[in-house]
Amino acid sequence: MKILVPVKRVIDYNVKPRVKSDGSGVDLANVKMSMNPFDEISVEEAIRLKEAGKAEEIIAVSVGPQKAQETLRTALAMGADRAILVMTDDEVEPLGVAKILAKIVEEEAPKLVICGKQAIDDDSNQTGQMLAALLGWGQGTFANTVAIDGDSIEVKREIDGGLQTVKLNLPAVVTTDLRLNEPRYASLPNIMKAKKKPMDEKTPADYGVDISPRLTTTNVTEPPVRQAGEKVEDVDALVAKLKAVGAI
Amino acid sequence: MKTLVLVEHDNTNMKDATLAVVTAASQLGEVHALVVGSGCASVGEQAAKVAGVATVHVADDAALANQLAENVAPLVASLMDSHDAFLAPATTTGKNIAPRVAALLDVMQISDILSVESEDTFTRPIYAGNAIATVKSSDAKKVITVRGTAFDKAATEGGSGTIEGVTGAGESGLSSFVSEEIAKSERPELTSAKIIVSGGRALGSSEKFEEVITPLADKLGAGIGASRAAVDAGYVPNDYQVGQTGKIVAPEVYIAIGISGAIQHLAGMKDSKVIVAINKDEDAPIFQVADIGLVADLFNAVPELTEKV
Repeated sequence: MKILVPVKRVIDYNVKPRVKSDGSGVDLANVKMSMNPFDEISVEEAIRLKEAGKAEEIIAVSVGPQKAQETLRTALAMGADRAILVMTDDEVEPLGVAKILAKIVEEEAPKLVICGKQAIDDDSNQTGQMLAALLGWGQGTFANTVAIDGDSIEVKREIDGGLQTVKLNLPAVVTTDLRLNEPRYASLPNIMKAKKKPMDEKTPADYGVDISPRLTTTNVTEPPVRQAGEKVEDVDALVAKLKAVGAI
Repeated sequence: MKTLVLVEHDNTNMKDATLAVVTAASQLGEVHALVVGSGCASVGEQAAKVAGVATVHVADDAALANQLAENVAPLVASLMDSHDAFLAPATTTGKNIAPRVAALLDVMQISDILSVESEDTFTRPIYAGNAIATVKSSDAKKVITVRGTAFDKAATEGGSGTIEGVTGAGESGLSSFVSEEIAKSERPELTSAKIIVSGGRALGSSEKFEEVITPLADKLGAGIGASRAAVDAGYVPNDYQVGQTGKIVAPEVYIAIGISGAIQHLAGMKDSKVIVAINKDEDAPIFQVADIGLVADLFNAVPELTEKV
């Protein structure tokens, strides 16, 4: 079976984002960009399923600017087999991305789509669930463990109270949580090999999908800044201070 | 505007997460609540008593017992013929269901709102809360998840909503519930605890975490949280995680022990009223947001603190 893995190019998770002074957004000029960490987990899980003989081919997809090629090359270097870049300089909302992915699913007929549960830039946490709805597939969100068994997949999910296991008929959408696996680093030989792996370039128009945004961001501001308080010398001073502010 | 609020519950008790959503919904218009479950009549009665709730729709069906998104979303979508906005708590239940509803309605969801500016404009955190975006929706129907710490809780008494039964679409046939491992604890839940004691990687092992953090939490009647590093290292289960992609908390007092304060962790707790940090690294970023900081070896300081509070 084929596995489709959508990946997003986002600000590197170690970079502290800065809000532009004109309130138009976050400054991404000259900022280190990387693959969304949850998407790395998705790529890794797909590779492990392939290594376990459960999948034959892994297709990485990204919807984004030309530079998203780099993100796809990373996925290829990790072990994806080929890539599709749906190129656009517009910001595409999760609903638009889900619609494009649904069209790619129609063409490629994967049995499984593994998405990151959320991208660390817009923190929406929507695309996988939306894709599952558009396709009429089951969804295993916030996956901690997955196990494919014939025509179904068991997904152990990280939920607020603990863990929940659901069984989904394949095809299905899974979204990844932090504990699903620890993604590998691409080795230098694999980075070289990835350059030769096929990458298709498409546009949203090729799929006939309307990606005009439904949300308009009218302003972006810094959150209120929290001032550092004071450091105390020892535990006695800490206890006194806690009592003074009525904390205990 | 008529709103529909997804009630968070376990088929017996309504969860507090619902109450902030009711407050957010009441800023948009008339509040209708939706209880989806099995054998959940008592939850419907609790929801009807919440101040500001006009009507409670109760979908009581064996197929809805575990609130699988595949079964719940079509039911919500059908109810949206007669409602203008669907609001769910930004819990794992809400985050699982709401986007599926949004896609069925061809609506772009507004995730994790912090405020209602007008009936189509909201604020929400992006980049782990390092920026706050004001967004205006052009969709006719709104699908929204609500950050629980950003809105006051509606009163659990004083309402007299009417209860109406609704029927769902039944089993989708796409998914089924297998099992659940829910930690049974007398401890307050993280999202409603007044005090949280939270441990990080510096604890070093699950035994040390238990030995150092638990007695302090017991003494203070506190909930227990953890950083991602501590969860990844297996010291505590995933449901302890506080942060950008874990739980968002805002207790009266948050005591961060051996937590360095990565931005992803700060995103989950920086709205706490009083932040206390105990860390042996005086340059740890956690001290930049802490009201009270103690530079000390946690293995000495925390037992002493436990004794003295």
